[in-house]
Amino acid sequence: MAKRLAVVDTERCVGCQMCMLACARRYGAGGLGKSAIHVKSAGGVERGFVVIVCRACPDPPCAKVCPTQAIIPRKNGGVIVKLNKCIGCRLCAEVCMIGAVLWDEETNKPRICIYCGYCANYCPHGVLKFQEIGEDS
Amino acid sequence: MSDKFLQNVLYIDLAKRLFWVENRRDLFEKYIGGVGVATQLLLEECPKNIDPFDPENPIIFAVGPLTCVYPLASKTVAMFKSPHTGNLGESHAGGRSAIAIRSAGYGAIVIKGASETPIYLSIHENKVYFRDASILWGVRSTFTVGRIIREVEPGAGVRTIMRIGRAGENLVTYASVITETYRHFGRLGLGAVFGSKKLKAILVSGKHSISIADKKLYRELYDEIYDAAVKSPLMRKYHDLGTPANILPLNELGALPTKNLKQSKFEYAENISGESLAERYLGRRIACSNCPVACIHLAALREPYVDEPYFYKTTWVSYDYEPLFAVGSMLGGSDVTGLLKLLDEIDTEGLDAMSTGVALAWATEAMEKGIITKNETLGLELKWGDYETYREAVKKIVNQPNEFYKALAKGAEYASSIYGGKEFALTFGGNEMPGYHTGPAAYVGFLTGARHSHLDSAGYSYDQKAFKAQETLTPQKIVDHLVKEESWRQILASLVVCFFARNIYKPEIVVKTLKTMGYELTIEELNKLGKEILKAKYEFKFREGFDPNKLRIPKRILETPTPHGKLTEEQIKRAVNLYFERLKED
Repeated sequence: MAKRLAVVDTERCVGCQMCMLACARRYGAGGLGKSAIHVKSAGGVERGFVVIVCRACPDPPCAKVCPTQAIIPRKNGGVIVKLNKCIGCRLCAEVCMIGAVLWDEETNKPRICIYCGYCANYCPHGVLKFQEIGEDS
Repeated sequence: MSDKFLQNVLYIDLAKRLFWVENRRDLFEKYIGGVGVATQLLLEECPKNIDPFDPENPIIFAVGPLTCVYPLASKTVAMFKSPHTGNLGESHAGGRSAIAIRSAGYGAIVIKGASETPIYLSIHENKVYFRDASILWGVRSTFTVGRIIREVEPGAGVRTIMRIGRAGENLVTYASVITETYRHFGRLGLGAVFGSKKLKAILVSGKHSISIADKKLYRELYDEIYDAAVKSPLMRKYHDLGTPANILPLNELGALPTKNLKQSKFEYAENISGESLAERYLGRRIACSNCPVACIHLAALREPYVDEPYFYKTTWVSYDYEPLFAVGSMLGGSDVTGLLKLLDEIDTEGLDAMSTGVALAWATEAMEKGIITKNETLGLELKWGDYETYREAVKKIVNQPNEFYKALAKGAEYASSIYGGKEFALTFGGNEMPGYHTGPAAYVGFLTGARHSHLDSAGYSYDQKAFKAQETLTPQKIVDHLVKEESWRQILASLVVCFFARNIYKPEIVVKTLKTMGYELTIEELNKLGKEILKAKYEFKFREGFDPNKLRIPKRILETPTPHGKLTEEQIKRAVNLYFERLKED
């Protein structure tokens, strides 16, 4: 089976954005701009946070709308992105209703989780878990 | 320097509604960032001896090379001329402010001039919009202001929204700027400087990445710091109970200022302790961006409406050690619900909680002694622990309906200079005291610290360590410690890291982190630079008329015994003089 990143309990999220920084750091960058995971308040921090990341859906719409086949469905769920084929049309970002196709404004290309699990190592409060697809999702 | 954005300084002229970017590599190379750079910008931009409400008073925000890059590098430094003390203004805040400024592509922002009409600034990377804020001016609550801007502006998750309340609009000299709803640029009246410029809010957002000079070392070092942050007992303490974990130990020590420091032990300390608040009220913990600790504690205050059964509202109130001291023990209050409602009122109006509490404590004692009467307070009978009356008083401080409240809106120092009672007006260098009656080092620190804050040189911590070690504190020892600590803190505030992480960011670690960002500095060079930055701050202070001989020592601190016994004026004065001699040396 394939693995994916699961958001197991958003109520535990404190909004530290360490996951976002970890994702960017994996690419050797500081800051939040290269992150494929996004954390924002649920309408004011007192209401808690929303954690947005690709849930590795089995029949991904982002792959269906890509005019250049830059996004290919991965076996058992999720996608693989071929950035060299991407023309930056943003159709994938528009069609993903959970907003998990994030955008790298500096390269004008999508940022979609690659299911590496790196960020979960930096979630100190038990919000994220790297797990098999199908495991209590 | 490895990152091309840090050296960009965004200049904004509110009068001309113009903005431009200047490359200030000169400053960021020499002074790193944060307070080091902001001090130089303040010296450059603030004309000599101006009134703090003069349009020419600059507002400067600065971040540093570690911002967005290492854990707990989550703070922004603000500098300005303070309307509260009439001298150096410096305030630090977290939230998402630092990450947003750096991600927008700037190392610093300088705001000059004043707008004729209310505006708010919306900074989205290289675009600055001067948005009309007529609708927001005078809105009763800072919470509402934040909510409105949140709805109309883009950038959720990668933005900061700094705003002022009516206290800032009405130029209360200890008005704060609130960011991400529960964090503050507090103390020295940045909110009033915003108000004087008709600047209601600033939003900053961006998604620029930061280039790292040594990526391999970066990842290794990051893990080292991250592990230290999530595993250290100190960080655990700040996560579990937050800063209010200090209430009980300080009370036990006899160092918790109570009822305007008539006492240093509070009979109801248990009620306002971190433990009790966590059990009874804690509803959520939140973090600044880039900090795993999550020290921000929000109380969920559930209250019934009196006009309808089973109709409740839940208010979220952030609490920390200092506000709990200032409006808790200092005002002699045992009713925690009342205390939280007062804190909520203070945040609604956008006041500094510490100055508000200490000013009200002075007013309460002044009333007790008959120095002021109901004529001055407009019928309010200020009594220890009477939170309903204190809430009314806070509204009056903001609205300033008569001469007395106009005076109180300038703080305890000013009010006592008009009405008397200076001997129990607990201000140092014009700034209301923090919650530490720990011994001589704390007070020498409040007097000599460049911004008259406990955070300048942490004398309170030195007092406690010395007390535990049963060590006698001589002026010599105190000054040695304070100068060293305050100098080093200039480096931490230039990186910029949170002072809570000071035990993680030891000199060796700082040298390595800077190396990954393209700075080659040795520990000796950093120590030298820290002292140099401190001296530059004092250069500004002396330029603006600061005189160590005019520092006032309130008699009250000599009357109430500290853990180190009763303090003497002579002992404190000797240390203060010694500090300024030491500052001149290299």
